[in-house]
Amino acid sequence: MTSFPFLSVVTFLPLVGALAILVLRGSEEQVARNARWIAIWTSGLTFLISIPLWTRFENGTHEFQFVEYYQWLPEFNINYHVGIDGISLFFVLLSTFLTPLCILASWEAVTKRVREYMLAFLVLETLMVGMFCALDLVTFYIFFEGVLIPMFIIIGVWGGYRRVYAAFKFFLYTLAGSVLMLLAIIWLWSTFGTTDIPTLMTKSIPGGVQTWLWLAFFASFAVKVPMWPVHTWLPDAHVEAPTAGSVILAGVLLKMGGYGFLRFSIPLFPEASALFAPLVFTLSVVAVIYTSLVALAQEDMKKLIAYSSVAHMGFVTAGVFTLNSQGVSGAVFQMLSHGIVSGALFLCVGVVYDRLHTREIARYGGVSDTMPRYAVVFLFFTMATIGLPGTSGFVGEFLVMMGAFQASTWLAALIATGVVLGAAYSLYLYRRICFGKITRDDVRAMLDMNPREVAVFAPLVAVTLWMGIYPNSFLVPMQASIDHLIQRYQIAQAAPATVIPASLASN
Amino acid sequence: MYAAVVFLPLLAALIAGFGNRALGDRGAQLVTSGSLILAAVLGIVVFIEVALGGQARTVEVLRWITVGSFDVSWALRFDTLSAVMIVVVTVVSACVHVYACGYMHGDPSVPRFMAYLSLFTFFMLMLVTSDNLVQMFFGWEGVGLASYLLIGFWYDRASANAAAIKAFVVNRVGDFGYALGIFGVFLLFDSVSFDAIFQAAPDKADATLSFLGMEVHALTVICLLLFIGAMGKSAQLGLHTWLPDAMEGPTPVSALIHAATMVTAGVFMVCRMSPLFELAPVALTVVTVVGAMTAIFAATVGLTQTDIKRVIAYSTCSQLGYMFFAAGVSAYGGAMFHLMTHAFFKALLFLGAGSVIHAMSGEQDMRRMGGIYRKIPYTYAMMWVGSLALAGMPFFAGFWSKDLILEAAYGAHSAHGLFAFWLGIAAAFLTAFYSWRLLFLTFHGAPRADRHTMDHVHESPLTMTVPLAVLAFGALFSGIVAYEWFVGHDRAQFWGAALFVAEGNDAIEAAHHVPTWVKLLPLIVSIAGILGAWLAYVLVPSLPGAVARALRPVYLFFLNKWYFDDLYDRLFVKPAMALGYGLWKSGDGAVIDGVGPDGVAAATRNLSRRAAALQSGYVYHYAFAMLIGVVVIVSLYLFTQGR
Repeated sequence: MTSFPFLSVVTFLPLVGALAILVLRGSEEQVARNARWIAIWTSGLTFLISIPLWTRFENGTHEFQFVEYYQWLPEFNINYHVGIDGISLFFVLLSTFLTPLCILASWEAVTKRVREYMLAFLVLETLMVGMFCALDLVTFYIFFEGVLIPMFIIIGVWGGYRRVYAAFKFFLYTLAGSVLMLLAIIWLWSTFGTTDIPTLMTKSIPGGVQTWLWLAFFASFAVKVPMWPVHTWLPDAHVEAPTAGSVILAGVLLKMGGYGFLRFSIPLFPEASALFAPLVFTLSVVAVIYTSLVALAQEDMKKLIAYSSVAHMGFVTAGVFTLNSQGVSGAVFQMLSHGIVSGALFLCVGVVYDRLHTREIARYGGVSDTMPRYAVVFLFFTMATIGLPGTSGFVGEFLVMMGAFQASTWLAALIATGVVLGAAYSLYLYRRICFGKITRDDVRAMLDMNPREVAVFAPLVAVTLWMGIYPNSFLVPMQASIDHLIQRYQIAQAAPATVIPASLASN
Repeated sequence: MYAAVVFLPLLAALIAGFGNRALGDRGAQLVTSGSLILAAVLGIVVFIEVALGGQARTVEVLRWITVGSFDVSWALRFDTLSAVMIVVVTVVSACVHVYACGYMHGDPSVPRFMAYLSLFTFFMLMLVTSDNLVQMFFGWEGVGLASYLLIGFWYDRASANAAAIKAFVVNRVGDFGYALGIFGVFLLFDSVSFDAIFQAAPDKADATLSFLGMEVHALTVICLLLFIGAMGKSAQLGLHTWLPDAMEGPTPVSALIHAATMVTAGVFMVCRMSPLFELAPVALTVVTVVGAMTAIFAATVGLTQTDIKRVIAYSTCSQLGYMFFAAGVSAYGGAMFHLMTHAFFKALLFLGAGSVIHAMSGEQDMRRMGGIYRKIPYTYAMMWVGSLALAGMPFFAGFWSKDLILEAAYGAHSAHGLFAFWLGIAAAFLTAFYSWRLLFLTFHGAPRADRHTMDHVHESPLTMTVPLAVLAFGALFSGIVAYEWFVGHDRAQFWGAALFVAEGNDAIEAAHHVPTWVKLLPLIVSIAGILGAWLAYVLVPSLPGAVARALRPVYLFFLNKWYFDDLYDRLFVKPAMALGYGLWKSGDGAVIDGVGPDGVAAATRNLSRRAAALQSGYVYHYAFAMLIGVVVIVSLYLFTQGR
């Protein structure tokens, strides 16, 4: 293993850029320009440095790689311990990939307080990457919760006019979840005397306690995913967030919940995971059908895509808890794909929003005529979101459903209805934006995408196709870690039940 | 060369689609049509080598998805079944490409149109050459995309947009079944590649599967699920509603996608999966019954339609029903035979209708046509050829394939076979009737168009008439040439391992030994249908109106397409929209937010007013919460240390 501290560099390089922006001096215009350039260079460089994580990644092993370990609070046995396995690898890359695109997309859209905006994005990147690399519960918790602070600021300062309500809602939901998870972390620490994740994975936790801990972690992760019925913060947050904020929110922050299930819930609490799998399946099915129907009725572009995100994340939660090879790989793949595709869809909304300053679907129509390039890109991502084979969306959904079919045919049949409904609401949206006759002069005057916008979308299109046509580049590295996860789970299942699985049964 | 057949159209589509400004209309037409003609030539070579020469082969392209034991590749499979489809697809597509150069002349988006057509051809070829179920699904959905784009090609028309979405969504309902079928196959066989499945199929003949809580015969449920997919793609009764609406697309699209190729994908799939269907007799019965019902249903609706393209669309639907019940009685060769002949004569009819519409300045309603046969004699003759082939008049292509299907249904000697036979005979009568109704209404009688339109009636340009001639050639000779290969003495050698018929199920053999009256009956009813149409629309033109009045409920029932559209609208479309709105406003709005965040907010409002000092901002709220967390940790630490 190489001695170059890749993970720490990838994690903290954006922070260095943020500091550089912080010390910028000069006229407001100069500062804005320099802040933009520093942000793009820093995040671009971070992405480049993160690529070796993938190219040097050893596929055959489930062990954590690129591990770094420094003592931090020795008296508490809390340490800075980072590393990645096949599951976290791509989330790190997703974060470093999306951030420069977000900065590029905000190039002209953000005009006020540019310095602070770029600063917030770079800090956000550090926290996101740190969260996916963390191998210590306390480090994880700090990054996990810390991510929300720049997100709050981004929504609250550069958001729409109901941003306070949105931030407030987000706050209430997250608070409830986080406190419970914190309590669970404290219990683990006080019982086992360590917060080191790989160490904790070797411990066996009594069944009854597992139930409560699982629920505590679940409370936090379910809000982040978000699962039905704790999803209502998402549409509001998306609607109020600036375009790039939505991209990160949908692209990375929603993945924190799914990642949490895979990193903590299943390895630490296998019995409780088995116990609660039916609950998760039920919530997932409700999420898929319910939010798809709600999406059908939306009049606001961003809300529609936000609701579709909830439906897509329903596939993820279902796939994670099928706990078979296809289901879990599909869930991880679906998260990556959704990160790219829904991010791109929010960018698509941003493109027309920048021109007309409204998200109301009915205000558009006939955009194909004036913006043919845009129409192609939007169509492409619409097809990706409804899972057309050959795009990334297909591989994830298909694998999840395939895994679900092995777990329960009911589950597969019910979530597969999401495929039909997904086509309905996505095409209905596309029709109302791009097709039809132009009736308004301001729509007629809209200009097609400029080269900067094309540059934002081109890599997203390329990755979506790559993931759709040759998904093995992504599936193979994650295989060993997922197999290991499932294996551990199965061993835990096969072991004789030394403890009663749930204390719930007794009362 | 083998890969070139498939990828040439993709290349052409990309060049025409992305180079549209540099190429211009003419350039895009040349690139796409040229590539397709080349692909058609190569396709014929493939057919000769693979189907006639018996050299089946598979070309591996790339690994696709590998997860656990699930392993699927991009691979092109060339056996007789796919070779037949390749010839049909590339030849008809080449004709349609050339035709479109003339038909779409003057349209503002010619390159886009040509690119879509070529893209469709690529997806269709991927579908037919797939060597596993998942890649077939790729083509399957891809042709759906192309169909969506082409139906909605004139995107400023609301009706075209609605039709495009309807086509896609209804097909998705079918795909829902298809996808579940794939999962079932994987669960049962641990593989989705055809070779592996077919090899293992006999061992799994009695396997059961737990499906939706029921313990059922595995292959039956799998085949039925796959068949749901086929029903969607091939517009069979229940999932047929999108096909007539799809006529909103330009006519070349109707000819290529909604007559000759894409809609036959379902038939192709059932034939491809014959080793599974043969082990699932219940599924075969369902296929037969659904096919026969569709054949008669669509024919009755076709009687009453007045839009020239919709009549042909219902006719297509009906003919697809024939193909399905042929497959249902295990006469897969017959189904493929009819698929091929139908592709030629139905594409001919559609393009002929396009030529009529072109001549009539865009008019599609037969009530405003009539009396034009002298002005466009060539188109008129082509429509006769197509209709004669469709009605199954001797020596025309349809005669060989359709009669064989009916004979096979009779020869199967099963209850569902006989059911299909009699419905098929009735549909044959109606087919002849509505075909000649179309001919008489369109070309004969007094002109019903306005003078201006009539003065402009003119024969189409060469780019349109030459493809008609090619297709007419197929409609005339494809039956007699291919008979021995597809269903005659050479059939075992011709199909090789591409089709599988269980012992005792050989309906084609039985078809050759049916009584003479069975062989003659289709011809007799077809002639009766033609004479009936002649009687009703030439001799006594007042007759149809009188019949419609006398049998008004029946007429309305047929005219309104058996009320399927209204039923679905009330049962699915409106409730889904209402439910979505209701869940949004009352579910998310009133219940979840009301009890959750907003409710909590209201309850704490008084409290928080008193604690206004802390209410300085939400970020601080958050920081405050984290601080509480830290306090808890520290105190807990102290607590445990102190113990």
